[in-house]
Amino acid sequence: MSQLTRRSALGITATAVAGLGLAGTAYAATSSAPAHGAVPTAGDEHTGHMGGMDHSGHGAPAPFDEVYQGRRIQGAPTMGGEHAHHGGYSVQIDGKELHVMRNGDGTWISVVNHYETFTTPLAVARAAVVELQGATLVPLA
Amino acid sequence: MTVRKNQATLTADEKKRFVNAILTLKRNGKYDAFVTTHNAFIMSDGDDTDRVGHRSPSFLPWHRRFLIEFEQALQSVDSSVTLPYWDWTADRTPASSLWAADFLGGTGRSRDGQVMDGPFASAGGQWTINVRVDGRTYLRRALGAGVPQLPTKAEVDSVLAMSTYDEAPWNSQSTGGFRNHLEGWRGVNLHNRVHVWVGGQMGTGVSPNDPVFWLHHAFIDRLWAQWQERHPDSPYLPAAGTPNVVDLRETMRPWNNVTPADMLDHKKFYTFDAA
Repeated sequence: MSQLTRRSALGITATAVAGLGLAGTAYAATSSAPAHGAVPTAGDEHTGHMGGMDHSGHGAPAPFDEVYQGRRIQGAPTMGGEHAHHGGYSVQIDGKELHVMRNGDGTWISVVNHYETFTTPLAVARAAVVELQGATLVPLA
Repeated sequence: MTVRKNQATLTADEKKRFVNAILTLKRNGKYDAFVTTHNAFIMSDGDDTDRVGHRSPSFLPWHRRFLIEFEQALQSVDSSVTLPYWDWTADRTPASSLWAADFLGGTGRSRDGQVMDGPFASAGGQWTINVRVDGRTYLRRALGAGVPQLPTKAEVDSVLAMSTYDEAPWNSQSTGGFRNHLEGWRGVNLHNRVHVWVGGQMGTGVSPNDPVFWLHHAFIDRLWAQWQERHPDSPYLPAAGTPNVVDLRETMRPWNNVTPADMLDHKKFYTFDAA
């Protein structure tokens, strides 16, 4: 456990964050319209706001990439509108998408922990790892 | 006439018929369709987008309609069956008869959360989790692990005392209204907390995979009826013209032919065993 924690602390890698950014660009390329009424996303090309701040002044949560309890968890702002109802942020566990959503007050939930809120996408990802007990996420329709 | 009863008062025969009707719907695929519908709304209802089933004023009429549809499906199997409700202010421990092997079965084992007894245990072969967010196909619970205490009667009463149905911004951030406090995004937290207390699939977007979902929501629905009795002059809100939100006389997805106004009087559809 302490070994995992140490790995977690050292696990942030720039390359994986860049990879998520590319995935976000791909989403943007296939998105046909700006998401209506959604929380503005960091760097949303539809609104032209680049640089991590949205209209309402919420900073986009920082990207993360770490190993937590033996699972690789990654998070990064998404670039396009398609995922805007997720809060404009993508979270993955061992490369599989975890559906997350941002509440109006900036807290977060996921499809794995849907009825309790967490302060950051990192916290919601870690809670999902605990809940999954090693199980693999599957895509939802 | 359909009478919804407190689960603690059901006879052995009533429990058996309820369980058997659920297992029949599971076998013929109708049960999983309800899970799919619920999860679709869970994933799409957002604080700043169209919201119908959750985090919005229509949380209560939407689930009332959803439960009526499920109850009618049960009655198509066995016309004597009605939805029981779970008063979690009274039956608030894993030792409750609700969790006995002749009804819903108990909590999950520590190793993997798997429910090991009752009609919905995976080993019985009648309850495979098909609509799921991860690879696990067995029913899971962790009663009391995610949060130690179910809401108390005093906490319920404090929410029932709120006289305004709902208020802007009509989402999880609404601070002064009954609906959001009952749903649990603000205040003492009633509905959401019970999902977390049960744990397992009940804590996820595919929560109807656990049959206790229906008993929990039947009690939430009863609390709405009790609130209406206490506040006869308090209407459903908003009345009209609200973007992304279902107003009193707007239709609700997925049915598109029913409005919150149609759902206000539960006695058109069922009554409860006690006032």
